[in-house]
Amino acid sequence: MRKYGFVVAVAAILMSIGLGQASERKAITIAAEGASPPWDYIDANGQLVGFDIDVGTDLCARMKMECKFVSQDWDGIIPGLLVKKYDAIISGMSITEKRKKSIAFSIPYAVAPNGIVMRKSIPVPLMDTTAKLDLTEMDAAKQETIAKLKESVTGRTLGVLRSSNSEVVVNELFGDVATVRSYDSQENIQLDIISERIDGGLGDYLTWKQFLDSPEGKDVTFFGPQLDGGPWGPGAGIGLRKEDTDLIAAFDKALLESIADGTLAKLSVKWFGVDIAPRLKN
Amino acid sequence: MDVELLLTSTMTLASGIPLTLILALASLVIGLVLSVPLAFLRASGNRWVSLPVLAYTYVFRGTPLLVQLFIIYYGLGQIDFIRSSVLWHVLRDPFWCSLLAFSLNSAAYTTEVFRGGILAVPPGMIDAAQAIGMTPLQQKRKIILPIAFRGILPSYVNEVIALLKASSLASTVTLLEITGLSRKLVSETFAPYEIFIAAGILYLGLTSVFTSGFRMLETRWLNAPPKQAAPDGIAVKRVAHGS
Repeated sequence: MRKYGFVVAVAAILMSIGLGQASERKAITIAAEGASPPWDYIDANGQLVGFDIDVGTDLCARMKMECKFVSQDWDGIIPGLLVKKYDAIISGMSITEKRKKSIAFSIPYAVAPNGIVMRKSIPVPLMDTTAKLDLTEMDAAKQETIAKLKESVTGRTLGVLRSSNSEVVVNELFGDVATVRSYDSQENIQLDIISERIDGGLGDYLTWKQFLDSPEGKDVTFFGPQLDGGPWGPGAGIGLRKEDTDLIAAFDKALLESIADGTLAKLSVKWFGVDIAPRLKN
Repeated sequence: MDVELLLTSTMTLASGIPLTLILALASLVIGLVLSVPLAFLRASGNRWVSLPVLAYTYVFRGTPLLVQLFIIYYGLGQIDFIRSSVLWHVLRDPFWCSLLAFSLNSAAYTTEVFRGGILAVPPGMIDAAQAIGMTPLQQKRKIILPIAFRGILPSYVNEVIALLKASSLASTVTLLEITGLSRKLVSETFAPYEIFIAAGILYLGLTSVFTSGFRMLETRWLNAPPKQAAPDGIAVKRVAHGS
């Protein structure tokens, strides 16, 4: 039996290596949250659209697979992958150590910052909103900026998306001085900022930008530097089950192609107005 | 299934019990207080009095509680007039919005239950009350209400249980009661199975406490025979109340 098990294991490894290059899957299902424009959202016709969907469609064409997209609430998106309701998550999900304990990720397909927003009526000192602050390694200058931010959010109520990295960051940095409220969708955070139930929030920079540029977001503004690194990790990746090594390899290969021929950058500009595609390191 | 996770998350979720109980009990009390006068109006023969109450119960019983909560929480927040009024001090808080939605909903259901109880009071008793010279208010307070309440107690328990479970909807407007805490915990552990089972166990425990509490009340008020016969074997004669 032991011998037989060994043979099976070797066969499985060989197969996964073989499949890594050319997966034998014909069709897969991909989940997106569908509530974070322009990453992914449901348009007026009830269709899932957005950067994530275009990226997925492009990658599927490269992998020669048929792809079906489904929408799934954010707080159940990883459990849904694990119980095989779908095979991949393309939903602007940051690659983090915590998530890597449960699922695997492709290489990053987008490197996007996060931002704090506040209602304009709130008196806070002006800070450079184009500056970038990487939370990965803190130094004295960064500590000082954080301390300044902390002073400004003291006593305020901030909204974040439930089970997002922003939730982790807000609780870590400002949890002791500000009230943090966790929402099930970005849209509901925005509604509560407009209605002045909460003073601001922390979340994906580009999603905020779309909101701030819209008539509804006219009284809201970015506050403080753009944040990344730390709990947000190296960027957004495609979430996959750990055992689907063939699919991970196939997505990585397709992504590298898409980055190399500029398709990913083009899609990024189409949806975000800026290029957030990762750079190839040679 | 991870039993250890199940146990630890039950302990964590238990910290949401007070908020669940406050939401459920406070809206039950408010609902009950509102429903008594409303039920008398609803049971009234005068259409101008009963129809407005019917309209209220019709709307609140005919639409999902979640929709009512969203209208109160997200809907009212969109109206400038309300945002600039005194009301906003209350409505900007998710707790008060939930309490308002639950109370109005509970009042609607309890009103209809109560109305049934009032109509079931035997006319002979009311005649007798009139005959001994009770004023209409005395009749209601001393005769109709107690009899009606005993009659509806079993169906009222259903409302209590339903509301206790419906309080989980408060998690959709960011409140961290049992369900809100569960969703938070799921997002930290990615283990919905164990955590929602733990939440289910807590709700089951709470509803059990409530049902057995009401069963004691029923035994006391309705003089229903207790499970074991009284030592002297003599049961107090059951008061007729039309049931």
